[in-house]
Amino acid sequence: MDEKIIIAGFGGQGVLSLGQFIAYAAIADGKEVTWLPSYGPEMRGGTSNCSVVISDRPVASPIISAPDCLIAMNKPSLYKFQDRVRSGGTIIVNKTLIPDIIERKDVKVIYIDAGDLSLKAGNPKTANIVVLGAYVKQSGLFSKELVSEMITKKFISKPKLIPANLSALDLGYNFA
Amino acid sequence: MKELMKGNEAIAEAAIRGGCRAFFGYPITPQNEIPEYMSVRMPAVGGCFIQAESEISAINMVYGAAATGVRTMTSSSSPGISLKQEGISYLCGAELPCVIVNMVRGGPGLGGIQPAQSDYFQTVKGGGHGDYKMLVYGPATVQEAVDLMYNAFDKADKYRLPVTILGDGMLGQIMEAVEMPEMKDLTKIPKKNWATDGTGVGENRRIINSLYIDPDVLESVNHRLFATYEMLKKDEILFEEYKLEDAEIIIVAYGTVARISKSAVEILRQRGIKAGLIRPITLFPFPSTVISTAAHKECVKCFLTVELSMGQMIEDVKLAVNGKKTTAFFGRVGGNVMLPEHIAEAAEQEVKKNGSCI
Repeated sequence: MDEKIIIAGFGGQGVLSLGQFIAYAAIADGKEVTWLPSYGPEMRGGTSNCSVVISDRPVASPIISAPDCLIAMNKPSLYKFQDRVRSGGTIIVNKTLIPDIIERKDVKVIYIDAGDLSLKAGNPKTANIVVLGAYVKQSGLFSKELVSEMITKKFISKPKLIPANLSALDLGYNFA
Repeated sequence: MKELMKGNEAIAEAAIRGGCRAFFGYPITPQNEIPEYMSVRMPAVGGCFIQAESEISAINMVYGAAATGVRTMTSSSSPGISLKQEGISYLCGAELPCVIVNMVRGGPGLGGIQPAQSDYFQTVKGGGHGDYKMLVYGPATVQEAVDLMYNAFDKADKYRLPVTILGDGMLGQIMEAVEMPEMKDLTKIPKKNWATDGTGVGENRRIINSLYIDPDVLESVNHRLFATYEMLKKDEILFEEYKLEDAEIIIVAYGTVARISKSAVEILRQRGIKAGLIRPITLFPFPSTVISTAAHKECVKCFLTVELSMGQMIEDVKLAVNGKKTTAFFGRVGGNVMLPEHIAEAAEQEVKKNGSCI
């Protein structure tokens, strides 16, 4: 089993932490994992991405040529990476910021209004967790409960944030 | 239990657990998480953390701390390591144990902040003046970096020399699951009968110095240092071999690039090309024997050295191959990192040029 995911968007959209949640869940599930961020003179509003590789065996290359899944949180990210998604792979599109329809017919596309669902969850900053929910459902790699556990652990020092994040996870999961 | 940790932070924690109690540094991307982590963790274990006013100051603080026998280290990235070269030469001359971490970024000059391997010459051949070597590790994974860092102080103490961990921006920034070793018991570390720590009253004076005005004395110091380097060559060489048994093309790569190369080996084998990988883990001492042994095998047609540089380690590969087979090079520079497919393509071309043994 090998799962390669590229998650990309604006800095501040939580793309790096979205990737980290997937990585935490993969480890808790007994898998090998690498999480590699783009790093640089980045700032809120700039572009940001990370590559996550999950495998049963030790991960060789943490650099991904053809992802199984692309999570595009903004338009520049979609256009930067969509051609690299492997045939038969998945693209999760944040419809809130990307009105475009994907022309490729050989990939599965999930259009999700992460902004709207995050408001329903009670916190507009949870759009990344909405998308995480959608990813967990479509990948079927690990259970929603495991990811909920990771989220609860992560926000243990800020318990006020837990309910909205768990609700965001549910909304995204049920949507996909 | 395995924990997801960033390379830089994991290395810092491993250093503490390996006995480091004095850290001196100056900020530079992409290794800032090391001093950041140390600034919190070092006081918690009763150690010393100082953000010096410059890299030059930091390396000389390492010299001072090492002279007292404490386990000490510094970390930086390429331009910062260049500034430390004078101090490194002095540390080698004075035979002081310490650890230096270099999370290499693109150069020359200020270069960029993205990953590179273009400091191989500086680190392995000696960036400072004089005849000296360091024990140099090029870890490929966060776990390997942790394991090498954890024991690096033991090696530094044993051979009385600086040990360098040569990583790159990728290794510093990547997160992987790691198993942290236990905290080392510092009371069990061998006594340093040379350290200027105020003990040893009534003995001869203990002097830490690298100035030897008498040519005969300096010559003997040079010979003593090189006798130590011969011991390293005998006992400390580390490398990984991957699918060499039937390989017709052997990729040689170290650090994170070796991981990308390993994926390239898989791609090549799927395409019916018998590829293998030799991954030096110690860059000095260099694992020449495994390469020269492979070069003598009939089945092996060629070598491809892959680096994030214009070609530095390839010189050591060529010395080991010694003209027995062709040695090609593939590299990316400037902070760009190759994909596994790029390496596979370069390898495929080499195989075509050199003829297949199938």
